Amino acid sequence: MRTATPTARAARPTRRAAFTLALALAVLGVGVPGRLGAQSVRVPYTTFTLPNGLKVIVHEDRSVPVVAVNTWFHVGSGDEHVGRTGFAHLFEHIMFMGSQHVPTGEFDKLLEAAGADNNGSTTEDRTNYYEQGPSNALPLMIYLDSDRMGFLLPEITPEKVDLQRGVVQNERRQRVDNQPYGLAEENILKLLYPEAHPYNWPVIGSMADLAAATIDDVRNFFRTYYAPNNATIAIAGAIRPADARRLVEQWYGDIPRGPAFTRNTPPPVRLDHTAYRTLEDRVQLPRVYNAWHTVRLFHADDAPLQVLASILAGGRSSRLYKRLVYQLQIATQVAAYHDALRMDGSFRLFATARPGHTLPELQRVIDEEVRKLAAEGPTAREVQRVQNQTEAQFLDNMETDLGKADQLNYYDYFAGNPDYFQQDLDRYRRVSPADVQRVARQYLAQAGRVVLSVVPQGKTEQAVTEGVTP
Amino acid sequence: MKAATTLAVLALGAPLALHAQVNRTRPPALGTPPALVVPRAQVATLPNGLQLVVVEMHKVPVVDVTLLVRAGSVRDPNDMPGLATFTAAMLDQGAGRRSAPDIADETAYLGAQLFTRASAEWASVSLHVPKRQLAPALDLMADVALRPTFPDSEVGRQRSQRLANILQLRDRPTAQAPIAFNAIVYGALHPYGWPSDGNEAAASALARDRVADFYSTYYRPNGARLLVVGDITLAEARRLLAARFGAWQRGQVPPLPSAEAPAPGPRTIYLVDKPGAAQSVFRIGHVGVRRDTPDWQALEVMNTILGGSFTSRLNQNLRETHGYTYGASSAFVGRRLPGTFFAAASVQTAKTDSALVEFMRELRRMRDSIVPGPELAKAKSYITLGLPGSFETTSGTAAQFRDLIENDLPLDYYRTYITRINAVTQADVQRVARRYVQPDHFAIVIVGDRSQIEAGLRAVNEGPISLRDLWGQVVR
Repeated sequence: MRTATPTARAARPTRRAAFTLALALAVLGVGVPGRLGAQSVRVPYTTFTLPNGLKVIVHEDRSVPVVAVNTWFHVGSGDEHVGRTGFAHLFEHIMFMGSQHVPTGEFDKLLEAAGADNNGSTTEDRTNYYEQGPSNALPLMIYLDSDRMGFLLPEITPEKVDLQRGVVQNERRQRVDNQPYGLAEENILKLLYPEAHPYNWPVIGSMADLAAATIDDVRNFFRTYYAPNNATIAIAGAIRPADARRLVEQWYGDIPRGPAFTRNTPPPVRLDHTAYRTLEDRVQLPRVYNAWHTVRLFHADDAPLQVLASILAGGRSSRLYKRLVYQLQIATQVAAYHDALRMDGSFRLFATARPGHTLPELQRVIDEEVRKLAAEGPTAREVQRVQNQTEAQFLDNMETDLGKADQLNYYDYFAGNPDYFQQDLDRYRRVSPADVQRVARQYLAQAGRVVLSVVPQGKTEQAVTEGVTP
Repeated sequence: MKAATTLAVLALGAPLALHAQVNRTRPPALGTPPALVVPRAQVATLPNGLQLVVVEMHKVPVVDVTLLVRAGSVRDPNDMPGLATFTAAMLDQGAGRRSAPDIADETAYLGAQLFTRASAEWASVSLHVPKRQLAPALDLMADVALRPTFPDSEVGRQRSQRLANILQLRDRPTAQAPIAFNAIVYGALHPYGWPSDGNEAAASALARDRVADFYSTYYRPNGARLLVVGDITLAEARRLLAARFGAWQRGQVPPLPSAEAPAPGPRTIYLVDKPGAAQSVFRIGHVGVRRDTPDWQALEVMNTILGGSFTSRLNQNLRETHGYTYGASSAFVGRRLPGTFFAAASVQTAKTDSALVEFMRELRRMRDSIVPGPELAKAKSYITLGLPGSFETTSGTAAQFRDLIENDLPLDYYRTYITRINAVTQADVQRVARRYVQPDHFAIVIVGDRSQIEAGLRAVNEGPISLRDLWGQVVR
């Protein structure tokens, strides 16, 4: 059925709770054509780099006659400056507005006429663009992507920037301003990171900063970050690697290398106290958020923290679900995830109160369960359960060419090796109950944190404040 | 191994074509599209009448199993809308000798996903699991589907959870709009018009005996279907499922209710007030057509042009030309009884009136003028050439076959599907637009900040304004 909602571009510019949880597990995507047992998790690929610095990763899978092209530019909202938050994502939208040889509107029309879909998304660390469709559409996908990498600026006018600015501001309204609890995330980030830290603001940015962006910003951003030497392309599907290589060489070969640039990695951030804040919102029920500083993606403690999140509040078999929602019946929901990014990470947990209950009641139980895990650790069965769920998740992520292509780019950028599937799975398999206990103690029980209460208008007495929990 | 060999050959033999002269002025010509290969559905019937549909896909060792029972919301009694969805939600809250926490824990331990749900016509129990855990996961699934215990304590928990969810509807304008819209276009006498999760009064009255009665009446193998997709053969599926579902007792299942939607009224704006809303949530339309209409393919093509793709007219106009929204769309809901046709978007508050003007312009244009040939060709190609991607995953393939099963369509539907889409003409598109899109009878539901949008909507002069609550009922 094609009567569904049209693909909403940049369906995931921000890492919100539900999505981030899925993303955390998606770390384990893996794929090879043919049968595969849990022991052999490799995705065969070929790779080459053009003289202009463009790296290409190709994975052949002929099981279904489709192909996916997935391009990563190594730039995200973490590269923005104060006063221009949200710009990396606004720029992502402008990349669909036509390029020198592809008039505005033709990008989408040509792909749809070939039976293909396309989209893009922006995170703190990277921006991706993809097409997926029948395998014969590969030359068109590469032609269109190469034209916007090499020849975007002649086609971009202030009017086009204004138009996508309006679309992105509506995206923010839809995802943030018109959503209950939608303002929580940016408030947490402000408390978690100092001003000017790359992760101090949300990917979607602020309305004022989006309004301030100029066409000169667009030109400078493109020239700095949208060069072949700052990108990788992963191609997966029913194609011959030699054909893919020939096409990439043909269409990308004449795009010049861009300037080298360096990034400053900010020093690690820690909170030595707990920061309490209360936010009034148009909501029926209060919700409390907890956020702790942790470690970056692929740090040795990343996997134990992911397992901890699942044991604590991942689904109906988790400890906090059982206590808050099932036994005590004082919460309607609880969730936790480890949000690991390139430069830093944070452990997030939130719970929503049932009617008639207040946030300090919930927070007391949250603190109790965190302390208990830190003192006693989880059971072996709890850890095994999360490992089993993780293995099942990577099987699912093997099912699509697009999922595999994105995963190849993900590992290439963050782990330094496209075929990191086996190592990634192994780091989860190695997690022991003692590891989980240690990270619960080190990063949660003995550390400062952000505690944000979102309460109905005028109900600040329902919030968690300093001293209300032991 | 093959991939590694290819790499070596390339590295030695293929010098890079530096700065090749390429002609960028036109897109490259594409080769012949790959033929659509739809996995074949195999059918078997267990002695108790339970029908089994098996689709083999052996790429990844996972299996997707869905039990479908005609126990959807159309079975809700008049005094208790939401009983069907509640009964489905209760299935995994205690079954056989397992408690609700046991079921949650064992499902997670197997790395399985198990969902119990009801939609308008069907209830479903669906399992997605790695192949090597299939047998124990099917044991769990069979308990949940065949031996739910409905403990009083769990009924109480789920009832209070449901009441909290209903309370939270007030925070969610995108959830309010379809509830109000369905109530308005179907009225109080048609089951498609009732809120599928009920309202406060019905939810408060939910009790164990009502759930158990509903279950024993409607959850029967006759009329039910088991859809199995994934790394499994027909013989293996039949053996595993006969052992677990073969003893399920047949019953006298009441016939499906029929219902007539009321005659559509004159075009009216139904305003649901949401003070302070940053956007106005639109849902514009009326009752449409049954899924099994012979016009369905023409409707798919017409809707792809109107609001079913990124380049569709509604999305291009409201998003890419005017920037009023992050996305606009339209859809025909296909069911046993006529579903709805609707166009939808979340629009910034200050542009609510302007957006209505553009919605109406595009909806009328779809009827009033012939679609240009290239636009028609693009829509048909998008549907037909994109079809292989719908069968890439087990869950995607399961969704395609589930649509066929739920609507009593032949399992070889896709054998002739592309031919039927390609046969749709410009005249067909206009004919179905005129027949199934009726602007004179639109219910225009808008959930937004009344104080900011009412005057502008009045000035657009597209119909009277009727104030409604989130249930679609008149505000006094």
